[in-house]
Amino acid sequence: MLTVLLLLWPVTAALLLHFFKGKSARVAALGAALLEFALALYAAGFSGVNLARGGDISPNFEFNYSWIASAGINFHVGMDGLSLLLVLLTTLLVPIILLSAFRRNFENESVFYALVLFMQTGLIGVFTAQDAFLFYFMWEVALIPIYFLAGVWGGIERARVTFKFFLYTIIGSLFMLAGFVYLYFQTGPTVDGLSAHNASLSAFYSLNLPAATQMWVFWLIFAAFAVKMPIFPFHTWQPDTYTESPAPASMLLAGIMLKMGIYGCMRWLLPVVPLGVDYWQNLILILAVIGIIYGAIIAIRQQDVKRLIAYSSLSHVGLMIAGVFSLTQLGMQGASIQMLAHGINVVGLFFIADAIERRTGTRNIAELGGLTRQAPVLTVCFLILLLGTVALPLTNGFVGEFLLLAGVYEYNAWLGAVAGITIILSAVYLLRMFQRVMLGPDSAHSATFTDLTGAELVVLVPLIVLVFWIGLFPNTFLHLSEGSVMSILGQVVKR
Amino acid sequence: MASCSTIPTIREAQASRYIATNMNSIILLSALGLGNLFLGFRRSNRLLLPVMMLILGLVLTVNFLDWNQGPQSFFSGMLIVDNFSVAFTGIVLLTALVLVPFSQKYVLDEEANLAEYYSLLLFSMVGAIMLASYNHLLMLFLGIEILSVAMYVLAGSDKRNLRSNEAALKYFLMGAFFTGILLFGMALVYGATGTFELSSISFAVQNPVNESLRPMLYIGMLLMLLGIGFKVGAAPFHFWTPDVYEGTPTFFTAFMSTVVKTAGFAAFLKLLVQVFPAATAQGVWLPTLTAMCVLTLLVGNVGAVAQTSVKRMLAYSSISHAGYLLVALVAFNGALEGASANGILFYSLAYSLATVSAFGVLKLVADARHREDYAGFNGLAKTNPLLAFSLTVSMLSLAGIPLTGGFFGKFFVFMAAVENGYIGLVIFALLMSMVSIYYYLRPIIAMYMRAADVDTAEAVPVTTFQSGALLVLALLTVLLGVLPGLIAGVL
Repeated sequence: MLTVLLLLWPVTAALLLHFFKGKSARVAALGAALLEFALALYAAGFSGVNLARGGDISPNFEFNYSWIASAGINFHVGMDGLSLLLVLLTTLLVPIILLSAFRRNFENESVFYALVLFMQTGLIGVFTAQDAFLFYFMWEVALIPIYFLAGVWGGIERARVTFKFFLYTIIGSLFMLAGFVYLYFQTGPTVDGLSAHNASLSAFYSLNLPAATQMWVFWLIFAAFAVKMPIFPFHTWQPDTYTESPAPASMLLAGIMLKMGIYGCMRWLLPVVPLGVDYWQNLILILAVIGIIYGAIIAIRQQDVKRLIAYSSLSHVGLMIAGVFSLTQLGMQGASIQMLAHGINVVGLFFIADAIERRTGTRNIAELGGLTRQAPVLTVCFLILLLGTVALPLTNGFVGEFLLLAGVYEYNAWLGAVAGITIILSAVYLLRMFQRVMLGPDSAHSATFTDLTGAELVVLVPLIVLVFWIGLFPNTFLHLSEGSVMSILGQVVKR
Repeated sequence: MASCSTIPTIREAQASRYIATNMNSIILLSALGLGNLFLGFRRSNRLLLPVMMLILGLVLTVNFLDWNQGPQSFFSGMLIVDNFSVAFTGIVLLTALVLVPFSQKYVLDEEANLAEYYSLLLFSMVGAIMLASYNHLLMLFLGIEILSVAMYVLAGSDKRNLRSNEAALKYFLMGAFFTGILLFGMALVYGATGTFELSSISFAVQNPVNESLRPMLYIGMLLMLLGIGFKVGAAPFHFWTPDVYEGTPTFFTAFMSTVVKTAGFAAFLKLLVQVFPAATAQGVWLPTLTAMCVLTLLVGNVGAVAQTSVKRMLAYSSISHAGYLLVALVAFNGALEGASANGILFYSLAYSLATVSAFGVLKLVADARHREDYAGFNGLAKTNPLLAFSLTVSMLSLAGIPLTGGFFGKFFVFMAAVENGYIGLVIFALLMSMVSIYYYLRPIIAMYMRAADVDTAEAVPVTTFQSGALLVLALLTVLLGVLPGLIAGVL
């Protein structure tokens, strides 16, 4: 029931937000998001205690309601450790993203905040769905609000860019839907016998399809995830969309939405078509590593801070994909914790980029420089988030990337070595940006630049605390996902 | 004990004979349509709209009294009222009910013969109901004619407008031509089987007395398919659709593309399921229907991409939706309760709601800004958030994006087709619906992402009544998209 509450509360709050005018809307939205976070914390605490007692790792807080009885489709949600980790990430980042938006005065504020909350329902739905069609449904529910967030409040090129984004993702997910429909017709009847087939996760897991079938079904399902993550060469929508979106939408896209793809691979791809995965594993790993290098090299050449973060995100996602597809415990666990770490870091970086743009009116690296003297606090925060992204030991990025690289190395030493370059390259482009923007010769903006305000610190401090927390005590989070990862791997290896 | 329990059963049966008869909807509609005309004599236009809504609400309620009463036959079995006909009649009446508020402009227009318009709408709905419940080819023909003749007149109701006159003439000439073809087909079928009654034809198709009459039967059957294909706007008999839709006053276009299409598909489904289900006959009509389906999907979607006028885009879009419904017809699995019939029912409902809302918004915007192109919608989100919102919901629904009824409509139709092995057809339909996203997003982009220019800066006047109707339409569309179980599988 708690899962249903987690799902229904944001959308209800979004509807209620209609009654709040002007600035009271943002406070109400933040309150709603914090309440949601509290609910998620309660769920996490409950599951944590359960785990410590040695309880099993099957989904907690399950809810199963016959949604379309005649077709055997259920509104079935529940949270195991992995789901919980991502629900925690979502509920943590949404209030921070809302808070970060307070600096900007968006037109029609209540609608803006309502859309963010509405999207949260979709995101949590994706992470908790236990029925394939519900998963697809929530997948699209998350898309509609972000399309409008980016399209209505975005930059000059928004109409063209968001159109491309919408088209790419919807076409990708239609392939996934086709794959699900195919799998659905391979399943047995529901328990009550009302329908000849059902689409539950467990039914999909117990399908034993021939290898030849799995080979093409793999691509149907993977298409949606490939676009969403995105993996090279399906990434062309991504840099434009991240750049043109308003900062909160970029944060939602990079911080949470991209994890839908990685989570989807772990939950709905690997255990469902393990033989297909086995066949394509090499190709996907090579594409992922190409993405890592490609994203990093392009990032080095970027002049726009936001665009640079976008390409950096592409590169880091490549490593997560490689970790997942290495099919090792290290790689999968690395991906789980890196999803959390990347979400925190990228939201922080987008926030800093937005803070700089608000003050100077530009994101162009060439026009910035020497900002550090006026803004020591901002410099320190920027640096910490940057080093977290570069994966310096003691920060959150290190734990994730280390595990990921170990996993890829375990699969293939050469790939592991090439993927390892990502750490060097990301240090190159991020430190280059930091140096040009914050240090370096004074620019036209350096004299008038101001430091972070208290309200901005409220956004950044929790993020920075988490950078160190995950870096120093990763086991808090690794324990949470361990059981799920093991059971997913068990599914993959079983056949 | 035994005697006690039987008495109420008999009473119920008697009661249902008196109250629960779909004939009531037909009789009520005809009688109240006539009554409406008398109101027209008194020139009390203001009274007409509420009266019309009351009539429709009343008939809608009466209609649903027949739900789950089992098949009842009338006129010696010429009409059969069962859940199938009640459900489709319900869609038709509901569509009309939510559409009527958009005729409010005529209320103030002294020139408009509102009473006549409304009466014609009511009469044409009588035809629509007959199409959903016929059990005799004569009734099929009468239904189509009653439906069409009223529409010929309404297409030309904007007397001063040349386009409207052109639309009426074109519709009438083409319609008369295809009615002839339909009638010729019926005559041939009669010649081959010796009966007009559906189940008897079906029996004769499966157990032919004279094998040499088989070609005649098949030609008759194909001609009937062409005749109904024209009425639902399927390619290659679609050429009238864009011009007629464009010329017809928007209010009646909305009626044409929802009620007429829904009724046409109900008739189509009954014909295929109840008359020509035999394997040998299927060998003849299935390739024809599949070809029509593929062509309709292609023409509708590709045609809509090229349009600059929103009204013409909606016309092509209605062609493309006939294509999706044809997918379900191709894949029907033998009963009026099967997955295909349920798919068509859900699809028609979702499509009708979305289309009424789209044409409603288009009418309001076009009336105020005197233009029907995409740029006419620029900045509508700022000036009229509600109009923009409901048009967005309806566009997403037509495009088949989740959270709207349109998604589950397509979902059920495609699932039925996959279940019966038409995977290639479904892949083609899926590709076409990807194309459709392009043109359905264009109004949304115009409303939300483009700034208003000089002539679109002012708010479009909307009455509370119309806002209410739009809101109800949007809510129903979302409700169907969130809780599809309400309608799915009811047949």
